[in-house]
Amino acid sequence: MKLKLPNPGLEERIPSHAEVEKMEEVQAGDRPQWDNKAQYMLTCVGFCVGLGNVWRFPYLCQSHGGGAFMIPFLLLLVLEGIPLLHLEFAVGQRLRKGSIGVWRSISPYLTGVGIASMLCSFVVGMYYNTIMAWVMWYFFNSFQDPLPWSQCPINDNRTGYVSECARSSAVDYFWYRETLNTSTRIEDSGGLQWWMVLCLIGAWVLLWVCCIRGIETTGKAVYVTSTLPYVVLTIFLIRGLTLKGSVDGIIFLFTPDVDELMNPSTWLDAGAQVLFSFSLAFGGLISFSSYNPVHNHCEKDAVIISIINGLTSVYSATVIYSIIGFRATEKYDDCLAGNILTLLNTFNLPDGNITENNYDEAFKNLNSTAPDIVQGLNLTTCNMKTFLSEGVEGTGLAFIVFTEAITKMPISPLWSVLFFIMLFCLGLSTMFGNIEGCVVPLQDLNILPRTWPKEVFTGLTCLISCIIALIFVQCSGNYWLALFDGFAASIPLLVIAFCEMIAVSYVYGIDRFNEDLKFMVGHKPNIFWQVTWRVLSPLILLVILVFYFVTTVSKKLTYNVWDPESPGFPTLAQQTYPDWISGIIFILAGTPCLAIPGAALFMFIYKRCCKKDRRYAEERLNTISDKVPMSVTTSN
Amino acid sequence: MYLFRAVLAFAMQSYKDNVNYDVSNIVVCDETVRVSFWFVVTTPGNTSELLPKEEVENAIKKFRNRINSAFLLTDQTLDFVGISPTLAAPVHYDNPPWLIVFGVVMGLVCAGIVAMLISTFLQKARSKKASADSADEEDRSGTIAGNGIHCERIGERDGIYNRGFADDDRFTKL
Repeated sequence: MKLKLPNPGLEERIPSHAEVEKMEEVQAGDRPQWDNKAQYMLTCVGFCVGLGNVWRFPYLCQSHGGGAFMIPFLLLLVLEGIPLLHLEFAVGQRLRKGSIGVWRSISPYLTGVGIASMLCSFVVGMYYNTIMAWVMWYFFNSFQDPLPWSQCPINDNRTGYVSECARSSAVDYFWYRETLNTSTRIEDSGGLQWWMVLCLIGAWVLLWVCCIRGIETTGKAVYVTSTLPYVVLTIFLIRGLTLKGSVDGIIFLFTPDVDELMNPSTWLDAGAQVLFSFSLAFGGLISFSSYNPVHNHCEKDAVIISIINGLTSVYSATVIYSIIGFRATEKYDDCLAGNILTLLNTFNLPDGNITENNYDEAFKNLNSTAPDIVQGLNLTTCNMKTFLSEGVEGTGLAFIVFTEAITKMPISPLWSVLFFIMLFCLGLSTMFGNIEGCVVPLQDLNILPRTWPKEVFTGLTCLISCIIALIFVQCSGNYWLALFDGFAASIPLLVIAFCEMIAVSYVYGIDRFNEDLKFMVGHKPNIFWQVTWRVLSPLILLVILVFYFVTTVSKKLTYNVWDPESPGFPTLAQQTYPDWISGIIFILAGTPCLAIPGAALFMFIYKRCCKKDRRYAEERLNTISDKVPMSVTTSN
Repeated sequence: MYLFRAVLAFAMQSYKDNVNYDVSNIVVCDETVRVSFWFVVTTPGNTSELLPKEEVENAIKKFRNRINSAFLLTDQTLDFVGISPTLAAPVHYDNPPWLIVFGVVMGLVCAGIVAMLISTFLQKARSKKASADSADEEDRSGTIAGNGIHCERIGERDGIYNRGFADDDRFTKL
């Protein structure tokens, strides 16, 4: 017998199949609808494909054994990503509500799951749009030749470059000093940076104009924001492949190291990447699919979108690493040329005596004949692998490594503009989903009057997020963002995803869910879906959750700072977080997780109180009609 | 080598104003295969008196451009050991170009927002008018169409008398 938790009153809360059919024909204007299937697909693809595909996946791929990483990634994509995606699509399409509405319909005690989704969407949206502000800043600064990050500023007496820049590099300086103006500790807030505030306001205003009326406006915007990244990626691929050293980068990326598969952190990272890459548990996907016609083929959609997401990850990894290979080759050549020049100058050899080809032999020769002089020169060893594995994740990839690579290409401003437009579109389409996951539950909660137009809801969300996001544009903003990124979105999402699967399989009832899918799609979901929904995916999620939790709790709370006074400069120095950060981390990660049992408890108490009143009212009525017989006699 | 000595002599002459320097005043020694050498500058009057290093350095700094262009070389390819090149002034903008692009983009976005809000407002006004019109129509036709479903209206003219409330028995026995 299938396990099913008791769930009284389910029939009253959800529309029956017949009602849903009727709603389709009759209620045309009440709930927003997609103009066509393409809009829906593009919106979902845009939501799923985000910055993580560009700057997280390539790093994971390369650091966890290259081509071998595909195995855990694809396996977990099929066993974890696709079932969860299909589940969210089906649930939204059947129950025709946003995330809070859906979970409240399944069981009022599960409203917390919707609230947790809303909180996660809100927090992630806040810091994600700050990254958009950074991308906008770089985009605005790309309309000049030479690019501002291609050269260091000069010091006062014009004899050399500014010391901080000379010791690190022009791109580092531009990112850490001229963009962020970072402080050295998270406690030193340093005040708001006016240029960043402008960009932040710009990012939020632009987001508001795109989602001002919900999917009416975002549906039009996604035609551009979801397709442009692919165009730009292709342009970069073609450009990249014509550059020297690009193929070395791609080979470095995909060289398999099968030993990495034995490492549990590889599987953990693959699982986490699949979950976060699909933007599951945010509530946005449930919302989007609730606007679909009820007989939409959600199974096919889920599979198609998963495949697109996976392929995009691999494609963008290829493009990124072709450019990284080019940059590494350039740096290697520069390093070698510098060494050769030093040797030629020291030993007064004619030009062309030592070239790249015979460098090693010449070096050995000189080292054996005059070792003291050669040692005294302190030549840096040029290692291609070091250059290839430098800082290739997250903001470091986009704003330092890639921008440096762009400065070495001819017509740099053009490539810079294209690159940052692509990043902006990738991020904006993800933000649409986040806003949807925030605004629709807000409407469902009935906190604000329903008669208020949607523009007010979206406007309020954007305004409040913008104001709170001012934390991220202080001098220490970068550290706050890293904190939020690490703790606010990881564990709560795993918990929500796990609860979603358990809720649908065991509280809603897998039998009823199968019937719903038969009604919507035409056939009962096959054995693969049954196994994954009921056993495999929750199990995998639980394992990932436990491991993630253990690693997060046990690791030391340190972060990396840009400190010009630190001994290892320009490498980032490690700092420990102050004690009060633990409180903040607990609030960030704990609030959404605790919202789930908290709301259940609240509902339980509320029902108890309300039940008493209802019973009391019923009793009173019974008493009156018992005691006062009413009879009506009519005369004919 | 002659060209170099001539250019350097010119530089010294221009720097010192009234003293005439000649090619013979630039003494070169220690040439290597690497095309690097030492040189000293002697005063025109007294060949054994050498000019101090700072003066030579200043002269070279002042006329670096001319020396470079004589050989079609740059600061990176012609290196005077100990004399760091005076770097070119960085490009300075009165209005940073990023502000201009920011202004353009923000202008477009704000125009978009205004357009959206106006269109929402107009839509609301139009639908209010339309519903007022259709309400009048409904009054005239006598049927109400809600969501495409017609239902009969109980109005003053076509009331349906409910026999449950018969006139003769208005009072209930209490």
